[in-house]
Amino acid sequence: MEFTRRETMATGGAAVLTAMMPVPSFAMVDDLVDEFTGGADMAEGGVNLVAPEIAENGNTVPIEVSADGAVAIMVLATGNPLPPVATFNFGPLAGESRAKTRIRLAGTQDIVAVAKMADGSFARTQKTVKVTIGGCGG
Amino acid sequence: MAKGVRPRVKVPKTASSGDVVTIKCLISHKMESGQRKDKEGNKIPRSIINRFTCSLAGETIIDVAMEPAISTNPYFEFDATVTESGDFKFVWHDDDGSVYEEVKTIQVA
Repeated sequence: MEFTRRETMATGGAAVLTAMMPVPSFAMVDDLVDEFTGGADMAEGGVNLVAPEIAENGNTVPIEVSADGAVAIMVLATGNPLPPVATFNFGPLAGESRAKTRIRLAGTQDIVAVAKMADGSFARTQKTVKVTIGGCGG
Repeated sequence: MAKGVRPRVKVPKTASSGDVVTIKCLISHKMESGQRKDKEGNKIPRSIINRFTCSLAGETIIDVAMEPAISTNPYFEFDATVTESGDFKFVWHDDDGSVYEEVKTIQVA
């Protein structure tokens, strides 16, 4: 008795990995910044953003933001499906306007930090981080 | 309520008045972003901690609005000015309404 069984794998390619990340919306980033600043002008610099140039794992990327005299710092990841990352509000007992945390990045992209100063002005900076393995469900 | 949530906070036990101390805190939480899919392709619902605050004797040190892009087991490091002995109060607010709290006392000489 001869029994031949052929499985056609044409449709079920086992390792079809599609990028689930939607097209990053830069307009959304601008909207978020406008919402934070109320449309005010921003100075370049005055806020420091420390992030690795190359992140081996996008699921946990250490970043540090600081700005002298800032009352709030907003961090955005321009290439994530949802750009907002966190907003740090510093209270009266904050020693310095500085915070460190770990974030998720879906891929290689720019991180933007916008600081609101005590006098009502705003400062902005950005940094590109190259991610070799994506986070955010990648 | 998310399972296995455990806050860990590192605060110096003593300080001099006017010192700036560094506080490190970490809470174990899976921080499900709402972007991932399970084996059947269904979206796993979002379940994150959306706000973290730290205060000393009722005065705010830091108040962080958190989004899904914060990593699993959210970690924060920041500075606080201490002028007198008191309790640091750390509060994490979960999406499901749970609130996790931790209190640490500092002695100021």
